[in-house]
Amino acid sequence: MKKWMKTVLPLLLIVTLVLTACSQSGNKNNATNNNGTSAGENLKKLKVGMVTDLGSVNDKSFNQSAWEALQKLKKDYGFEVKYQEPKTDADVMPSLNQFVKANYDLTWATAFTLADAITQLSKENPNSKFGIVDSDLVLPNVAAVSFKEQEGAYLVGVIAGLTTKTNKIGFVGGMDIPVIKRFEVGFREGIKAVNPDAKLIVNYTGLFNRVDMGKSAASTMYNDSVDIIFHAAGLTGNGVFNEAKERNSKGGKVWVIGVDKDQSLTFGDDVTLTSMIKKVDEAVYQISKDLAEDKFPAGEVTWMGLKEKGVDIAPTSSKNVAPEVLAKVEEYRAKIISGEIIVPEK
Amino acid sequence: MNKIMMIFKRESAIIPFVAVIVGLILGALIMWIGGYDAWLAYHSLITKIFGSSYDIGEAILAIVPLIMSGLAVAIAFRSGLFNIGVDGQIIMGSLGALIIGTQLSLPPFIHGLAAMIFGALLGGLWGALVGYIKAVRGINEVITSIMFNFIALYISHYCIRIFMPQAGTQRSAMIHDSASIQIGWLSELMGGARIHWGILVAILAVIFYYIYMKKTKWGYELRAVGYNNHAAKYAGMKVPNVIIRTMFISGVFGGLIGTFEVLGVFKYIAINSVTSGLGFDGIAVALLGGNSAIGVFFSATLIGALTYGSQGMSFGADVPGEIIRMVIAFIIFLVAAPGIVKLIVKPIQQKMKKKV
Repeated sequence: MKKWMKTVLPLLLIVTLVLTACSQSGNKNNATNNNGTSAGENLKKLKVGMVTDLGSVNDKSFNQSAWEALQKLKKDYGFEVKYQEPKTDADVMPSLNQFVKANYDLTWATAFTLADAITQLSKENPNSKFGIVDSDLVLPNVAAVSFKEQEGAYLVGVIAGLTTKTNKIGFVGGMDIPVIKRFEVGFREGIKAVNPDAKLIVNYTGLFNRVDMGKSAASTMYNDSVDIIFHAAGLTGNGVFNEAKERNSKGGKVWVIGVDKDQSLTFGDDVTLTSMIKKVDEAVYQISKDLAEDKFPAGEVTWMGLKEKGVDIAPTSSKNVAPEVLAKVEEYRAKIISGEIIVPEK
Repeated sequence: MNKIMMIFKRESAIIPFVAVIVGLILGALIMWIGGYDAWLAYHSLITKIFGSSYDIGEAILAIVPLIMSGLAVAIAFRSGLFNIGVDGQIIMGSLGALIIGTQLSLPPFIHGLAAMIFGALLGGLWGALVGYIKAVRGINEVITSIMFNFIALYISHYCIRIFMPQAGTQRSAMIHDSASIQIGWLSELMGGARIHWGILVAILAVIFYYIYMKKTKWGYELRAVGYNNHAAKYAGMKVPNVIIRTMFISGVFGGLIGTFEVLGVFKYIAINSVTSGLGFDGIAVALLGGNSAIGVFFSATLIGALTYGSQGMSFGADVPGEIIRMVIAFIIFLVAAPGIVKLIVKPIQQKMKKKV
């Protein structure tokens, strides 16, 4: 019996310690929450969460853009913001549900891959609000944001068409899905407009997160005397940059056109000709703010094109792109905005 | 009372237990170094697991596949085989379930059952194939089973793209509702958690594993081969048969995981560039559980609950989920290197003996 007491007593002690510590921290948590709400500002203080696709919030791309927008909302208006990074497909639902069950005012899903989960959740929780990027879901409590990628891709197509020396240009896509198809089509049209002789070689790797596949796709293209590759392949595209860097360090001269964010900031000016940026942050920021002002575009798909400043070329483009080419870009930009040129989607 | 204490005093029970505690303490240390509130983190970890019926349901959902993959690895281990191909068997299982689930129309209950059985068989055959190559040609099962993972992965991609695509997405078509093995009423009771019949199957699998190993002739042969396959051969056992049979059962366990995922959780297969990794988690579960039925059950519960709860840690205390993976890694490391734990346990035990 004594023996038994000796083992159990310390255990009990540990358990009580843990429990008291837990309850204390719980109280602390409540206290900070109260402080948070007491400081007043003119805009409603919303709780906004976001769930990434199967990637990190520091992916230098989509997820990061969206998260930066939420952090800006926190800074500007004192919103309470949080993110969740599901690690597997099975985690997606619980991650989204975490925000719903915690009564968040708005939950963002930053990728089209989350569309199924959002559809189900929006039906189960008609009173919760959701936002989804890169999707055209129409549901009464969902605000969807889509981009006219073809318009931005058209502009980088103009740049590529006027910059290429070999008249061979490459496109590496992640998956053959409508969003990525818009990149390809816009790019093709842009090249055709300024350089009808240039040949476009297209390769869909089939996956967004395989750096090695991007590298081998790029290698094949560069071997085929392609000198500019535009990628719309997420992490796979990093492989394109790696390959270009290797070639340039061995005395070659090839270019990559980045996507989503200004990728010259990550991969350097020596390989990045320009980038086609999608202002996910702009969209997320605006729509979250709309909710606070009771203007939430529920049940609508917000299309962001050149006109809406949702897509653009990177502001650092002037470093590597010749001024006369940029002038041409501005010319085409004006034509697209005015509706003189309508860039097809398919 | 003494009898119960005896179980807990056995080394095989003490080492994992101490390893868990030390792992959690090390995790707390890392969190403190990283500037996170460790108490708050563990508190949110626990509330995430037990906070609501929904969380309990989802935590169970995370535990079930780990039990199965732990058993799949453990049964192979016991016969002296290292099956790291559970991932491939999972894929074959889910592919089988998907084929039956999308291509056939059967009445509700039967449809789900048929899909499960077909998936389990496909997974089993996939495992048995590895066993056959090992048994008949002596090719190392570690190499074949891991390569079979990739073959399975790309077979599934091919089949989805050609036969069961869903336009505009990177996943297969959905299974028919009649093939679903979700338990609607229980799911509703648990706040929408995706509860499915796989839970029952997992419990049955644990019982099956125990009886098979301890009470049947086949289980005896399996263990004999695992201890010394030459001796088993001289004793008149057909070693190749035992290996193939064992790998088949291991594959069935793996295949069942796949069927749960397709029929109970997702209703489709996504085209992923990598396998789920559940098979590798199964190695950790089997190791932590000492390859015994009850051990696998408990270690799967622990690792599954910790993994699910890690979401709560990042939500409640802003601790990155990587930290909890580190804690799990610590625990496994300490179990795999029992000398370290013994260093901690021995002095305490001796002190206790002296005092008594």
